[in-house]
Amino acid sequence: MSTPAKDFTLAELCIVAAAEAFRDDGEVLATGIGVIPRLAASLAMKTFNPDLMMTDSEAFLLSEPNPLGKRGDDFVQANETWMGFSRIFDNVWSGKRHAMLGPTQIDKYGQTNTSALGGTYEKPKVMMLGARGFPGNSISHPNSFFVPGHNNRVFIEGECDFVSSIGFNPERLPKGHSLDDVKIPRVITNLCVMDFGGPDHQIRLLSLHPGVTLEEVQENTGYPIHVEGDIPETPAPTEEQLAIIRAMDPHNQRAYQIKDNPPGIRA
Amino acid sequence: MDKRITAREAVAQIKDGMTVGIGGWGPRRKPMALVREILRSDVKDLTVVAYGGADVGMLCASGKVKKLIFAFVSLDFIPLEPFFRQARQNGDIEVMEIDEGMMLLGLRAAAWRLPFIPTEVGLGTDIISKNPDIKVIDSPYDDKEWVAMPALKLDVALVHVDRADARGVCQISGPDHYLDDWMVRAADNAIVSCDELVETSFFHEPARAREVFWERCATNAVVHIPGGAHPTSCSPLYGFDVPHFKAYAGFAKEGGLQAYLDQYLGDSEEAYQQNVGGLDAIKAIELPTY
Repeated sequence: MSTPAKDFTLAELCIVAAAEAFRDDGEVLATGIGVIPRLAASLAMKTFNPDLMMTDSEAFLLSEPNPLGKRGDDFVQANETWMGFSRIFDNVWSGKRHAMLGPTQIDKYGQTNTSALGGTYEKPKVMMLGARGFPGNSISHPNSFFVPGHNNRVFIEGECDFVSSIGFNPERLPKGHSLDDVKIPRVITNLCVMDFGGPDHQIRLLSLHPGVTLEEVQENTGYPIHVEGDIPETPAPTEEQLAIIRAMDPHNQRAYQIKDNPPGIRA
Repeated sequence: MDKRITAREAVAQIKDGMTVGIGGWGPRRKPMALVREILRSDVKDLTVVAYGGADVGMLCASGKVKKLIFAFVSLDFIPLEPFFRQARQNGDIEVMEIDEGMMLLGLRAAAWRLPFIPTEVGLGTDIISKNPDIKVIDSPYDDKEWVAMPALKLDVALVHVDRADARGVCQISGPDHYLDDWMVRAADNAIVSCDELVETSFFHEPARAREVFWERCATNAVVHIPGGAHPTSCSPLYGFDVPHFKAYAGFAKEGGLQAYLDQYLGDSEEAYQQNVGGLDAIKAIELPTY
């Protein structure tokens, strides 16, 4: 059944590693923003967690995830219920959701920035999207992150220039809340898999992708990473998982998500 | 009651300094013909409330916006709205940056005539520290603190729908009506543009009546503008105009918004539609796949 593949890309390794974030979620809405998170959620739903819920990225919940990109004229998506933007918040604020997204900055507290870089808040050097739904997501339900280019501009040394999402910063803890209320189950990057399960919610290394060293990860992270014992290698995709990924991504959009689309095992 | 007026008459109701809510979401079902009429007018110093796309970019770059209340501004397939970015990076506009759901709560509070709605959204983030006007309060029922999201009362709401009758019964048959119902309900004056004007009997069919998301008393004016959402989508009638948005974004790199307006805006919606290839071309734009 589960034959480890020999030939796979780093994107495919990341999809499989990211799918693991949804394994123990039970019946929640899995929202993967971007190609790799969406494929990860789809893979989880089609394999080990069929109870997950998923949207068509527009206004319907589906009982089967949609393949990415243009589909044939005879394709009929498996609608389950309507869930437009005004109703999405009913789900978000109920807590029954796990989102995976790619913020521009992630600091040592797990706080993220999607809004503005540099300069002043009144006149930022680089304006981005805005806070979007990050504030509400982060205080309402678990959020995992995917970072296609692991470096210390993403994992910055100081605090985020603008804090879009609540993290494990004691100074920002709202009255009556506990830092344990914040859930960041996984951080998947092009180098490794991490979580915030270290002492006092410090970022912690869970696995290294094939050929990546601890030193490389630490050099590219602006704050210390907690390391416990021997760090395993991120498991290779199985042939079965690759077959599902190919079916879910028939136009191979995953090949454009990590710079130069490198192989999963470094040459 | 006949609520039909022209785009020019509609925009003449918007006065300097007013707060204007704009319906739609990013590149989807924006009342762009009404936005263009604002661009042709002298009105200024607006506070704009929107799930923003090119509507916000154009209004910012043309100096119409004093303050923007937003959670994001995006063209989706072009993630960062180029003219909005320039306005922020030049420090041209005041902002109240909030979470997407906080905007919904603010509109609901206004619609329900409440001063605020409590929420935990925003706690622990710069949404609170950068917005001194958003208060954090104690609860009479527990020991936690809560964000008191203030009502976002709108002087005017502008939304675009598929179909409406002259009395202001409005149908949105696309997959999502976004937060347009709350924009309309939060406004003193809700102005709706529609692609098609229909007889009242059109809504007798129950499936069509189910696609009406607010009562007609909430609609103050109806403006019939076929293709009026272009270059944004009005699903299922037409998709968003990808080449047009790419060209628009190109003007942010070279020429600026004025060059874009010189090329496309014209002195009327008819002129605009001629400049972008005509109404038939707009209606032939394919729907996006997500």
